[in-house]
Amino acid sequence: MAWAVFVILSVLCIGSVLAMIVSRNQAHNALFLVLAFSCLGGLFGLLDAPFAAAAQVLVYAGAIMVLFLFAIMMFNLREPAPREKRRLRTLLAAVLGLVLFAELAVAGLRALAPGSAPPAGPEGLAGLGRLLFTEYLYAFEITSLLILAALVGALALAGKKEGA
Amino acid sequence: MIPPGAFLLVAAVLFALGVLAFFIKKDLLTQFMAVEVMLNAGNLALLAMAKASGLAAGQVIVLFVITVAAAEAVIGLAIIVLIFRQRRTIRTDELKDLRG
Repeated sequence: MAWAVFVILSVLCIGSVLAMIVSRNQAHNALFLVLAFSCLGGLFGLLDAPFAAAAQVLVYAGAIMVLFLFAIMMFNLREPAPREKRRLRTLLAAVLGLVLFAELAVAGLRALAPGSAPPAGPEGLAGLGRLLFTEYLYAFEITSLLILAALVGALALAGKKEGA
Repeated sequence: MIPPGAFLLVAAVLFALGVLAFFIKKDLLTQFMAVEVMLNAGNLALLAMAKASGLAAGQVIVLFVITVAAAEAVIGLAIIVLIFRQRRTIRTDELKDLRG
C-alpha cells in the first residue's frame, strides 16, 4: 500500500517537473509546479513528517506559487516563448544532469549504507516543537528577522513608482 | 516500509531535473521555478536522512529551508519584476549587457 502511494506520488512529481521542462507556457509551468509540490508534500507525509508536509502544501503549493502566478500576470507576456533552437545547449545540459544524478545517487546510497542506526521512537509534533523552541530558538528568531528583511526589501525594490 | 534510499533516489532525480530545467529554459521566471525544484529536492533528501537516522533535527532544518525559500522567492520575484520594468523582457538571451 505504502509502496503504491510512493510510486504514484513520485511518478506524478517527476512527471510534472518533466512537463514543466517541455511546456513553453509560463502559467502552465507554474501550475505543473503546484502539482509537483503537492505530490512532494505527500512524500513528506510518507516520511513521517506531517508538519513539513503541511508546510510544504501551504507555503510552497499555496503561497509561493500564487506569488509566481501574480508575477506572470504582471508580465502579461502574450506570445509563448519561442522554441529553443540550441540543440548543443540542451545536450550539454542533459549530460550535466545525468552526471549530477549519478553522483547524487551514489553519494546518497553510500551515506545510507553503513550501520543504518535503528530509528528512534517517533517524536511527533510535540518533540518537533520542543526542539524548535529550545535548541533552535536562535535560528527561529533569526528567521523572523529574515522574513521581515525580505518584506521590506521587496517593498523597497518593487514598490517604487515607474521611472522613479 | 519504504527504504529511505528510494526517497533519496527521487530527490536525486528531482535535483538533476531542476538543474536541467535551469540550463534549458531561457526565461528568468521558469529558471527561478527550476531553482525552487532544486530546493525541494534538497528538502526531500533531508527528510529521508532524518528518517534513516531517527533524528528530528532534519525536520527542523526543513522548516527553516522552507522559510528561507519563501523569503528568497519574494526577493527574486521583485528583482525579476524590476528587470522587466526596465527592459520589457525577461528572456535571458536578450539580457546580455554583461557579455563581453
